[in-house]
Amino acid sequence: MQSPRLRAFRFALKLNTPIMIEYFFLGIASGILLNQAGYAPIWSLLAALFIYAGAMQIIMVPLMSGGASLLTIAAMTFLINARHMFYGIGFVERFRAMGRPRSIYMALSVTDETFTALSTVQYPENIDPQLGDFFINLTAHMTWVISCFLGGLAGEILSLSIAGIDFCSTAFFITAVVNQWQQFPSHIPAITGAVSAVAFYLLLGPDGFILPALGASMVALMFLRDRVWLKMKEEQERA
Amino acid sequence: MHSTVETICILGTIALVTAFTRAFPYLVFGGRRSMPAMARYLGQALPPAIMVILVAYCLRNASFTAYPFALPEIAAALLVVGLHLWKRNSMLSILAGTLSYIFLLQLV
Repeated sequence: MQSPRLRAFRFALKLNTPIMIEYFFLGIASGILLNQAGYAPIWSLLAALFIYAGAMQIIMVPLMSGGASLLTIAAMTFLINARHMFYGIGFVERFRAMGRPRSIYMALSVTDETFTALSTVQYPENIDPQLGDFFINLTAHMTWVISCFLGGLAGEILSLSIAGIDFCSTAFFITAVVNQWQQFPSHIPAITGAVSAVAFYLLLGPDGFILPALGASMVALMFLRDRVWLKMKEEQERA
Repeated sequence: MHSTVETICILGTIALVTAFTRAFPYLVFGGRRSMPAMARYLGQALPPAIMVILVAYCLRNASFTAYPFALPEIAAALLVVGLHLWKRNSMLSILAGTLSYIFLLQLV
């Protein structure tokens, strides 16, 4: 008979396989990117362990190379990761019941992907749900840490810098745009982002446009709330 | 490239702000389930806008007004969009887009 711990671990491993495959490749890409910018593999490992946010770890590379100020980096981190504030709400009681320090680890290790896994998982009777939740987060996190580090090492072995490899961050965000264009009920947010990006790029040039564009999009979307909200409601009712 | 101390400051800042967004429901709302309606709305409507802006940020140094008129970027970006609409496989789209971009850079 397996121990409850091992059963929960194996259950989480099976459930998380698609997430782990995605993290594996994305982590390698993120590690290579940071290494090509001149940072040793240990930085990829530390970033993966303590930041653990894919989009941010990918966009931070051009931010660092471009010499963005600490304030700009902090503000962008907040805006890009603000969605996490909403992921946590539904899990407060569920995680608190696990007791410290595990509850703190759980709160800090929810991502887009594990949020979905935790929200939809249904445990069979022989699996302890608290152990299951814990291993869902832990297996995803460790996959990310290992693959980011491997990416850093791969970059080190490649050693020569490959012109154009940084396009994988562009491609990553393009696939995110395509996904959201098809999934989000309204196209207004994406168009708002595009208009403000182009406008502030023309106005302020390549180095200063990103924060104003993010800020302007936020304000514009607040004004357009009724129209976007309506679409979101329609979509909900159809579902 | 930044010095070790600068890198620690930058990565530390990103880690702290990210941790703050994750801890937010526990810190600020004391675990209550309700959030202001505007915040909830922005939480859903802002990400599609942010992703478009991040694409623009990644492409910010392309030369749009002089040779090669950002043609490698545009061609590779269109390939990613087309491939992703067709196959819906993120890894494939990213890999094919990046490899074709590296190849196109050699041509210009």
